[in-house]
Amino acid sequence: MIISFDQDLFEILLLSMKINFISLMIACILGLPFGSALAVLRFPVRKTIIAISNALMSLPPVVVGLIVYLYLSRSGPLGWLELLYTPTAMIVAQVILITPIIISLTCQIIEDLQEDYREYFSSLVMPPQKAIKAYLYDARYSLVTVVLAGFGRAISEVGAVIIVGGNIDHLTRVMTTSISLETSKGNLALALALGIILLTISLSVNFLAAFFKNSAKRKAYV
Amino acid sequence: MILSFLISPGNAFAENAVLIQSTTSTKNSGFFQYILPLIKTETGLTANVVAVGTGAAIKNAEKCNGDLLIVHAQNRERAFVQAGFGSNRKNLMYNDFIIVGPKEDPSQIKSSQTIENALKRIATDKHKFASRGDDSGTNIKELELWELTGIKPHDFSGDWYLELGSGMGTTLNAGVELNAYVFTDRATWLSFKNKQNFQVLFEGDTHLFNQYGIISVNPSHCPRTKYNEANKIITWLTSARGQEAIKNFKLDDQQLFFPNVISE
Repeated sequence: MIISFDQDLFEILLLSMKINFISLMIACILGLPFGSALAVLRFPVRKTIIAISNALMSLPPVVVGLIVYLYLSRSGPLGWLELLYTPTAMIVAQVILITPIIISLTCQIIEDLQEDYREYFSSLVMPPQKAIKAYLYDARYSLVTVVLAGFGRAISEVGAVIIVGGNIDHLTRVMTTSISLETSKGNLALALALGIILLTISLSVNFLAAFFKNSAKRKAYV
Repeated sequence: MILSFLISPGNAFAENAVLIQSTTSTKNSGFFQYILPLIKTETGLTANVVAVGTGAAIKNAEKCNGDLLIVHAQNRERAFVQAGFGSNRKNLMYNDFIIVGPKEDPSQIKSSQTIENALKRIATDKHKFASRGDDSGTNIKELELWELTGIKPHDFSGDWYLELGSGMGTTLNAGVELNAYVFTDRATWLSFKNKQNFQVLFEGDTHLFNQYGIISVNPSHCPRTKYNEANKIITWLTSARGQEAIKNFKLDDQQLFFPNVISE
């Protein structure tokens, strides 16, 4: 299966990547602005929101899976959408798992950056919207790590996606759920081979990100 | 307290504990919760159960991870014994397989005379059918039945034939959600808690007979296996008292497994 790189494996890989990247993108679109706003703006329940978002970083995936399952179930409040056992349901679960990580880490990084910039910015009387944009831009290299943390959570996730996706062949089967299935069938060699592929992808993405980060940084300082 | 917590799981795997490799359908029915304490009082032996699909249970036992097999795929069981991995295979008990589905029975399988006919109607109708797809005993049986019809369900995988790659309970959950027909063993169905509008729609064909076998792992293949203990359990389970105990395992007043020795 691995050597011939057959169609089934390709399909599973493609679906995995699709689900991971779409959910990561949504989580970033939501999390990066929200996390930096949380760091820059001052309002009453700010500390509480930060604490909650930190706590949500360790959401157990099976619990998220179960809650999403109950909502999307035919007897649940969103059952009419008929999304259970679809890739969309898997993306929903992934977004719920990744977004808190992006929010919390972004908030942390921008807060640290603020310490250095505060006087400069306040002397310019910068409106918060502009400040958020400036911070996000200046922190872009550190934020790569934030995105990678989100990617790590997405690509390793099995507990939630197996509940809401159902691990249906040709529909919702992804790399992690295949590994879990092959292990339960006793096909340990195949399961391990799939694991190696997943590891390779994860490592390559991380190396690529590190490479671009470094070369971009070097250019920036020239 | 923490200390006792750390120690107690160790006790469960104490020296004389026998490891049973068995199937999710047997475990989901609550059978082991019922029979293991009885084994303990009758034979003095502690037994632990790993519940996976029949295919995986047999593979685990081949790798010497387990002392006793309780599975349901007779051809595979015989091959396992013939290859020298197991010895002392006995028929333990049986029940039957059924097809469940939404009570409206969209493909009208209730009125079909044979299992081939019932499956053919589903396939012609292209109505959703949720399969275990996990190489379990139930899955192996289901595929044998499709073979009788000449239909190759894998050609429609992801279309109307949905392979869940999951245990019986998870597959039934998915079937209920997707309004799909599901091939299941009766014991799991009876103990299943999320039936909603689902009912038994096809049953009674002789092809649907579900035989469970019990096999001890061969000590000449796995020297460290607890062969004597495993055989002690086999002897008790196939004795009049053990078979009586299997017969008395009931859920909602329904008998889930039929002992072989008594009934023969």
